[in-house]
Amino acid sequence: MRAVRLSVVTAAATAAALAAVTGCTEKSDASSDDHVVEVTATDTKCEVSKKEFPAGHVQLDVSNKGSKVTEVYLLFPDDRIVTERENIGPGTRQKVTAEVKAGAYRIACKPGMKGKGIRQDVTVTGGGKAAKRDPRLDAAVAAYRQYAQEQADETLPKARVFTDAVKAGDIEAAKKAYATSRIGWERTEPVAESFGDIDPKVDLREDGLEEGQDPQKDWTGWHRLERSLWKDKKLTDRDSELADQLIEDLTDWQKRVGKAEITPTSMANGAKELLDEVATGKVTGEEERYSHTDLVDFKANVEGAEKSYELLKPVAKENDAALVTELDKQFAALDTLLDTYREDTTSYDFTSYDKVSEADQKELSDAVNALAEPLSKLAAAVAAPK
Amino acid sequence: MTDTPAEHPTSSEDATPSERPGSAAPSRRSLIGWGGAGLALGAAAAGGAVAVARSGDDTGPDAAGSGGAIAFHGTHQAGIATPVQDRLHFAAFDVRTDDRAAFVQLLKDWTGAARRMTAGRPVGEGAYGGLAEAPPDDTGEALGLQPSRLTLTIGFGPSLFEKFDLSGRRPDALVDLPKFAGDNLDRGRSGGDLCVQACADDPQVAVHAIRNLARIGFGKVVIRWSQLGFGKTSSTTPDAQTPRNLMGFKDGTRNIAGTETDRLKKFVWVAEKDGDADSAWMAGGSYLVARRIRMNIETWDRTSLQEQEDVFGRDKGEGAPVGRAKERDKPFLKAMLPDAHVRLAHPDTNAGATLLRRGYSFTDGTDGLGRLDAGLFFLAYQRDVRKGFIPVQRSLAADALNEYIQHVGSAVFAIPPGVRDKDDWWGRTLFTKNPGDAGDAGDAGDSRDSEEA
Repeated sequence: MRAVRLSVVTAAATAAALAAVTGCTEKSDASSDDHVVEVTATDTKCEVSKKEFPAGHVQLDVSNKGSKVTEVYLLFPDDRIVTERENIGPGTRQKVTAEVKAGAYRIACKPGMKGKGIRQDVTVTGGGKAAKRDPRLDAAVAAYRQYAQEQADETLPKARVFTDAVKAGDIEAAKKAYATSRIGWERTEPVAESFGDIDPKVDLREDGLEEGQDPQKDWTGWHRLERSLWKDKKLTDRDSELADQLIEDLTDWQKRVGKAEITPTSMANGAKELLDEVATGKVTGEEERYSHTDLVDFKANVEGAEKSYELLKPVAKENDAALVTELDKQFAALDTLLDTYREDTTSYDFTSYDKVSEADQKELSDAVNALAEPLSKLAAAVAAPK
Repeated sequence: MTDTPAEHPTSSEDATPSERPGSAAPSRRSLIGWGGAGLALGAAAAGGAVAVARSGDDTGPDAAGSGGAIAFHGTHQAGIATPVQDRLHFAAFDVRTDDRAAFVQLLKDWTGAARRMTAGRPVGEGAYGGLAEAPPDDTGEALGLQPSRLTLTIGFGPSLFEKFDLSGRRPDALVDLPKFAGDNLDRGRSGGDLCVQACADDPQVAVHAIRNLARIGFGKVVIRWSQLGFGKTSSTTPDAQTPRNLMGFKDGTRNIAGTETDRLKKFVWVAEKDGDADSAWMAGGSYLVARRIRMNIETWDRTSLQEQEDVFGRDKGEGAPVGRAKERDKPFLKAMLPDAHVRLAHPDTNAGATLLRRGYSFTDGTDGLGRLDAGLFFLAYQRDVRKGFIPVQRSLAADALNEYIQHVGSAVFAIPPGVRDKDDWWGRTLFTKNPGDAGDAGDAGDSRDSEEA
């Protein structure tokens, strides 16, 4: 999709290029006329072709008929910006698109790019329903929401196996259950982390503690128990409390995960973020510094990313077939590489990360980069207005 | 014109997620991701992409002055005979794909990006103004900077020829360097399937260039090692003052100048007749030897002035050869000690062997023992490594300077000829069967290339 845009950019000189209609917007013109708002800006006026339009992708088709450079904003009632476009020269046209929910908004033109601008109240209709978009993307979001819920549902019993062992003082059983109890969380980490109050309680590492926080009191969750099991090598009453707390927090997550805001682009970026997690924490061995079970988290992160990707793939393929080819290739390559670190591809018994040589860590890191870079382009490939 | 997006909050920054609790919670997620909840908005900037692609012109190449642009197209690659810039970022890459078509596409993508960056323009659609949910094509740290005489020069290492069925096309002149006396080579700073030499007057511009090429290359190539350099140690412009190395000496007074067409032809550029038909693709190219030479700075600084001058065979102030008055006076080699650096390195001692040098000083912090990890990143171009670097370096086995230096990194590369025009690409002569044919299949798909009007 981006390549298409690039090629349109190609030919024209500045002024002509600014007025050019790109491939993407042409498509949206054809399919959703009621989503197009023509904005005619002059030095003293900001006229809009309609003051009411349906939720979904809206396109502001801006013509600057004034003598000054202008900019156009779509604003929330409290002046927060939904989208904006600067530097619209006199005599030129630009198209700005955004995805909006139903509600009250304003369109503002700022001739000379100064001041508060000339404003028009507009209403986005749709009865508070989600934005209208490609039904395949809605289906992808729904399927992903279900996946996130399933992961949370499946995590609870596994976490209980772990915490029961902790409470029973059975160090070996707890160690065995530790990494697998985290798989569901790691697969959907960007969703889990969107609940900013749960994440620090369950998945904080010791170095994440802030100045003044007491590791004894303020550090909770999996990694605190990891340290007890592998470093302190003993379980105390405090660990039993921590185990109960972990179940409580994970139950909270399980209840709330269904309410997470998920959009196609947040799914795409969430997939990339899972790879970022790998690149910054797992590949360095920082995440599981005591248990060295980093490769389990690594695999779970990749699985979660792959899930998002597979759901978005039909749409992404239409917009950027080359990207999909590359992502298929790089996911397969990383999966194959990871499989060399476990004997049984149906199990999550991976090589302990302290046994992975520096050269092999570099190879893993290279494979992550090879996947994460094209994956960062997935959001663009699903965001094309339809 | 407003040119920094930071002055205006973007829609994503402004959308405070409703699920995000107060300041106590660590913000580990970007707001644009899952956390960017509550408001479904995605500013897909259709027109914005257009504006950005042209924005490079606003700060654009002013060919005049030291910040200007060096022509990217030519018979030879820029960055060899062109006047030496102040800064270097050199990177050696390993190839991680066995897909020849993918690698050729990378070379084309790199060429397109290099063409833009050397002209002072951002890569692809630019660094801002595009789709809010997607990372920009250009990393952005060179926005607003001059082209800064950026040159990008690509080279192919011996190991590349073992890949993609190219072993038959490896030129005889691209030899593996022999072990030299005193070499203490770190494999982690040696070799590489590919190299890119980025030279510019602004280090940010040079670093930006390598970073963006590396980014484009993810999945196909990975950086094996890299080196930053400052304070050029040789000049290809004889009227300029000869620069000094970190030992405080002028070196390379008689370096080949960019204007010396005859010497360039004789010592630097590969001629068509140099190899057999299988290496004809190198015509107009050159060979690069890169050596990371660590200096024992502290020891050197404790050495008497007399010994320092004896070691080099020059005086420290003027740079004149022993027994002469001026830097550019013809050296009288026999007046120097038998192990003086200039005497041993001089063409007269080496059957005329002559190199075009383009080295830079480096300082990579300290070595853990409180000593500067510093020295000379030696870059030398020549028509044939067997007649250039190898005899000179063998001769330097007896160099008095060896007490104060150690070669710790080493690499050799075939530098293909220049990119002729907007349809041409780095390495075309190697990767196409008929080197005269610019229009290799698939070229039309390279949107970056065709972007240049």
